[in-house]
Amino acid sequence: MLITCPYCGPRDVIEFTYQGDGNRQRPQPASQDLDAWNAYVYERLNPAGDHNEIWQHSGGCRAHLKVVRNTLTHEISSAAFARGDHKSGARHKAEGKS
Amino acid sequence: MSPRRTETGGRIDRLRTIRFTFDGASYTGHAGDTLASALLASGVTLFGRSFKYHRPRGLLTAGVEEPNALVTVLRGEVREPNIPATMVEIYDGLTAVSQNRFPSLAWDVSAVNQLGGKLLSAGFYYKTFMGPAIGPLKGTRFWMFCEHFIRRAAGLGRAGLAPDTARYGRMNAFCDVLVVGSGPAGLMAAKAAADQGARVILAELEPHFGGSANWSGETIDGMPAADWAARTAGQFEGHDNVRLLPRTTVWGYYDGNTLAALERVTDHKEIPGRGEPRHRYWAIRAKSVVLATGSFERPLVFPGNDRPGVMLAHAAERYANEYGVLPGERIALFTNNDSAYRSAVALKKAGAAIVAIIDVRPELSSEMRKLATKAEAEIFSGHAVVATEGGKALSGIKLQRFDMTSGALSGEARSVHADCLLMSGGWSPTIHLASQAGARAVWDAARQAFLPPKPTQRWIGAGAFTGSFSTTEAIAEGRAAGLSAAGGTNTQSTVPVVEAAPGDPDPAPVFEIKASGKSFVDFQHDVTAEDVRLAHREGFVSVEHLKRYTTLGMATDQGKSSNIPGLAIMAEALGKPIPEVGTTRFRPPFTAVSIGSLAAERFGDLKPERLTPMHDWHVANGATMYSAGLWYRPMIYGLAGETIEQAYVREAKATRESAGIVDVSTLGKIAVQGPDAAEFLDRVYTNMFSTLPVGKARYGLMLREDGIAFDDGTTWRLGEQDFLMTTTTANAGKVMQHLEYFLDVIWPELKVHVTSVTDQWAGAAIGGPKARAILATCVTGTAVDNAALPFMGIVHGKVAGVPVMICRLSFSGEMAFEVYCGAGYGTHVWEALIDAGKPFGLVTYGLEALGTLRIEKGHVTGAEIDGRTTARDLHLDWMLSKKKPFIGSAMMDREGLIAPDRLQLVGLISLDNRPPSGGAHVVEQLDEANPHDSIGHITACCYSPALGKYIALALVKGGKQRHGTRAYVSDPLRNRFGPIEIVSNHFFDPDGSRMHG
Ligand SMILES: [Zn+2]
Repeated sequence: MLITCPYCGPRDVIEFTYQGDGNRQRPQPASQDLDAWNAYVYERLNPAGDHNEIWQHSGGCRAHLKVVRNTLTHEISSAAFARGDHKSGARHKAEGKS
Repeated sequence: MSPRRTETGGRIDRLRTIRFTFDGASYTGHAGDTLASALLASGVTLFGRSFKYHRPRGLLTAGVEEPNALVTVLRGEVREPNIPATMVEIYDGLTAVSQNRFPSLAWDVSAVNQLGGKLLSAGFYYKTFMGPAIGPLKGTRFWMFCEHFIRRAAGLGRAGLAPDTARYGRMNAFCDVLVVGSGPAGLMAAKAAADQGARVILAELEPHFGGSANWSGETIDGMPAADWAARTAGQFEGHDNVRLLPRTTVWGYYDGNTLAALERVTDHKEIPGRGEPRHRYWAIRAKSVVLATGSFERPLVFPGNDRPGVMLAHAAERYANEYGVLPGERIALFTNNDSAYRSAVALKKAGAAIVAIIDVRPELSSEMRKLATKAEAEIFSGHAVVATEGGKALSGIKLQRFDMTSGALSGEARSVHADCLLMSGGWSPTIHLASQAGARAVWDAARQAFLPPKPTQRWIGAGAFTGSFSTTEAIAEGRAAGLSAAGGTNTQSTVPVVEAAPGDPDPAPVFEIKASGKSFVDFQHDVTAEDVRLAHREGFVSVEHLKRYTTLGMATDQGKSSNIPGLAIMAEALGKPIPEVGTTRFRPPFTAVSIGSLAAERFGDLKPERLTPMHDWHVANGATMYSAGLWYRPMIYGLAGETIEQAYVREAKATRESAGIVDVSTLGKIAVQGPDAAEFLDRVYTNMFSTLPVGKARYGLMLREDGIAFDDGTTWRLGEQDFLMTTTTANAGKVMQHLEYFLDVIWPELKVHVTSVTDQWAGAAIGGPKARAILATCVTGTAVDNAALPFMGIVHGKVAGVPVMICRLSFSGEMAFEVYCGAGYGTHVWEALIDAGKPFGLVTYGLEALGTLRIEKGHVTGAEIDGRTTARDLHLDWMLSKKKPFIGSAMMDREGLIAPDRLQLVGLISLDNRPPSGGAHVVEQLDEANPHDSIGHITACCYSPALGKYIALALVKGGKQRHGTRAYVSDPLRNRFGPIEIVSNHFFDPDGSRMHG
C-alpha cells in the first residue's frame, strides 16, 4: 500500500501509523453529552468500500493525513493534511525545510 | 557408478563429487544434484512415511510442489523440518533426515494405521474429539488427553529447540518490470523488457535460470534448449538494469503491485560467506509484473497411486535430462494426454525400457503412435491402471479396459512388470500469484484447468501460466509481455525457433479410476477419493467446507498437485460441473517462508539498539545489562559471587542508608513549547499545569479518551512558554504521537510545538540521605539547599564545568535529584557525580533496585498502568482536576469504571517468607490442588530490604476494603502457593518525610 503524503510524496505504508477513523467528531472538551462521547470513542462505520481514515506519517514528516481508502482493494483515492486548508500545508513545508 | 545414474547427460558436474548423509547413511552425488536426485541416483526409493497412515512414500515430483519427500535438514543443533528433498541442493557435509517415522523409515510401527484405515477417515478428528465430554472416551477433554500422542505420531517434521543462529536480511526493491519465472517465457519477457531499457528483476525459484528448457530436450535456435537458456540468462550479466535473483521464490502478491519474495542465499553452501544472510526477504514494488510461473502436472487418482516408484511423467523426464538419473529400468506410463509420450521418448533415450503406455483415451493421433514406436513401447489405449504392486518400491501394475465416458472397467486385469510408473493427469497453470492479486480463476473446458483471471493489478501473463503449453507459444507470449510491460511496442523481429515433439496439450476429462483400494488425492495429508465422497455424503457441499473437513490441500504443499483432482471428484459427487463447484482462492505464501526472514533486522545482530550516553561506563563497571524494548539498561551492578537478589538488595539498602545513583536517560523527554503550551498541558494532563510556576516541576497523569490511565511522569516548567515533559521509557513514542494527534487533528488552533528530545539529554537520578551533600560538593553556580532547591524545584548550575539542570524529585522515596546535561557530556557528568559520592558511600544501582525502591513506595509503572486500570484504581484520583475538562474526563466516570469491585492497587506481604512472582493470582480459598476464584493478580514483587520481607504490588478486587485481610498467592505454573497479607501499597515512609527532608 502506498500513501501519497502531500509533503513527502508516495511512501510505503510501513512509514505510516494508522490513527483511527476519520469520521469521528470529538465533542467540545467540556461537553457532558455521554452519548456523543460514546459515539466518538466507540462507534465505527466499518464500510466495505471507501473509508475516511487518519494516518500519521510517523516515519516521515509526522503530519496527520486524511486518507480515503477502499477497504476492499486498499486503493487510496485521496490523502490530504488533516489540518485542512492550504495554509497549513504550506506551513508544514516551510517547517520541513528549515 | 551409482545404480541409477546414466552414463552421460544431465546438467550436473560429474567431475565434482559431493558427500552427504541421509538418515545417518553416507551418500555421494554431484554438484548440481538435489537431495532427491542424488538419493534417487543411489537407488533410494523410500523417502518418507505418509501423514496419517504412515504409508511408504517416494518421490512424486522433481520440484517445489513435492508432497511426499519432505526432510529435515540439520545444521549443528538447528533443525529445519518439512523441506522438499527436491528443493535441497546438496553440499559437502549436508545432513538430512527423513520424517514421520518411528523408529526408522524402513520399519515404522504406525504403519498399522493402514489396517485401521476407517478410523482415520475424513472428519476423524472432528467426530472423535469435538463436543461435550460424554463418558471417558469422547469429547474435548479426551482430545486434550490424546493430543500429545497423536501429534507425535501424526505430525510432519519436528521443529528444533535450539535457537536459530542464522542471520536474515530484508531488501526493498523497485523496478519497472518484475518477471516471475525464468522458463522460455520468462527469459524472453526479461530480455524484451531489458532491451527497452526498463529496470528488470528476474526471479527464479530454482538455482538455475531456464525452467522447462533445462530438461525439455527441445531445441531452440539450433541449440539444446538448456544451452539457449544459459546463454540468454548469461547475456543479462553485467547489465545494470537487470537484477537476477536465482533461488528466489515470489510468494506473495499484494495490493499496489507489491510482491514478497524469499531468496535462499546460503542454504546450498557448506559455509556461508562472511556477513551473508541465510535468507533475504524481498519487498518488491513493480510498475508491471510478468507472470511466467509455468504449470504443474497433475497426478491421476487410482488405487495404489502413492506407492514409491509412481511419479509424475515430467518429473522422471526431468530427473533423466537435468540430473542424469533414471527413476526406473522398466518404466510404464499412465496418461490422459499427449505430454507423457514425449516423456517416454526421453526416458527411452536415457536408457530405460518403456514397457507400456496406458492411455485412457480410446483414439490416439498418429503422431503419438509414432512417438510410442520411437520409445519401443506397447500402447494400451482405452485402458487404465487399477492397481500397483510392491512394498517399499514398485514391482508391477495391473491394467483393465476402461470406458472414458462411463468410467466403467471391463475385461480381465492384466499384469505388467515395471519398477516405475509415470502418470500424467494434465497440466494446471500455476495461477497462485494471479489469484492472490484478486479475482477468480476461469475454468477452461478444453484445457481441463483453471486459467488465470483477468488482471486486477498491473500484471501480464505468459507461457504455460496462461495455458499456452508449447515452447513456441511461450517464447512469443513472453516477448510480447516483456515489451508491453516495459511500455514498448511490438516490432517485427526474428524470434527464436523451437524444435519440439508434437502433442495436443488438452487432456481427456478423466481424473479418477474407480477401483477397490486407496486412491490418493492429497498425498501429503493422506486424503483419498473416498474421503472426498464421504465428506459429500455427510453434507459438505461447499468447496471451502470440504477442504477443511477432509484437510484436502491444507498441508505444507497447499494442494499444488491435489487441488484439481479433488475438485473434480467433489464435482462428480455433487453432480455439478467443476466451474460451479468453484476453486478456492489461493493465499500467500506460495511456498513456506522462514519466520526468520519475516523478522529479519528486527531480530538478532541486525536489530537496532538504543544505548544511553553512559552505556559503556555501565558495561565497564560490571553492570549486567537488560534489554527493555530497544533500550539497554543496567539491571544490577553485581559483585563477584552475588546473586541477582543479593545485588539489588545491597544496592537498594545502600541507597536508603547513604545514597544511590541510577541512569534515567531512557525516560521519554518531550519539549512542549509555544504560547498555548500551558493550556495544552491542562487539556492532556488530568491535573493543572497552567498554575505551575517557572522553575518548578509537577507530577502529571494522562488518560486515554476512554478514561483509562495512559501514562505518568513529571513535567518541568523551564519558561513561561517552555515545558520539558518526561514520560515512561516504554510509552515515550506513544505519548509523542498522542500529543501530535491532538495538536494536528483536534486542536490545530493551539500554538504549540512538541519535539522529542529524549536523545538530547543524559539523566542521572541521585537519591538517599546523603544525596544533597554529594551535590553540594560538586555542583557550582547554584546552591542546592532547601531554600534554593525545594521539593519539585529546578535549578541550573554546572558539574565538572558542564551546564546541568537539576530537579528535586523522587521516585525512590528518598531525598532525590535528577541531574540532566547535554547527552554528549553524559559520562563526564556521571563520573563527576560518582567521584563526588565516593566519600559518602554512593552506590550505582540498576533496574532491579529501582523497582525495589518504587515497590516499597507503592509507585505505579507500566505493570499497573496496563491499559485496563483507571486513576481511581491506582489511588491517583487526587490528580483528577475538577476545575477543567481534560482528555478522558468525560468518559472516566462511567458506571463500569467506578464500580466498587474493580481491581485496585494494593500491597501484599508474603507470610511464608518466599517470593511471590509477577503474574501470579491472588485467591481467597486455601485450596492449593484446585485454585479457584481469583480476586486479582500480582504486578510486581521484590525482597524489600527496608521491611525485611518479600513484598508485592497487586491489583485486587475491592482493593482498599481488603487491607489487613489474608489471602493466598497461587501460581500453579511455578508450583507456588502460600499465604499473604493484603496491605496498603504505601509500604515504606507513607507520609513522605524522607523525600521532603
Ligand atoms: Zn510526509
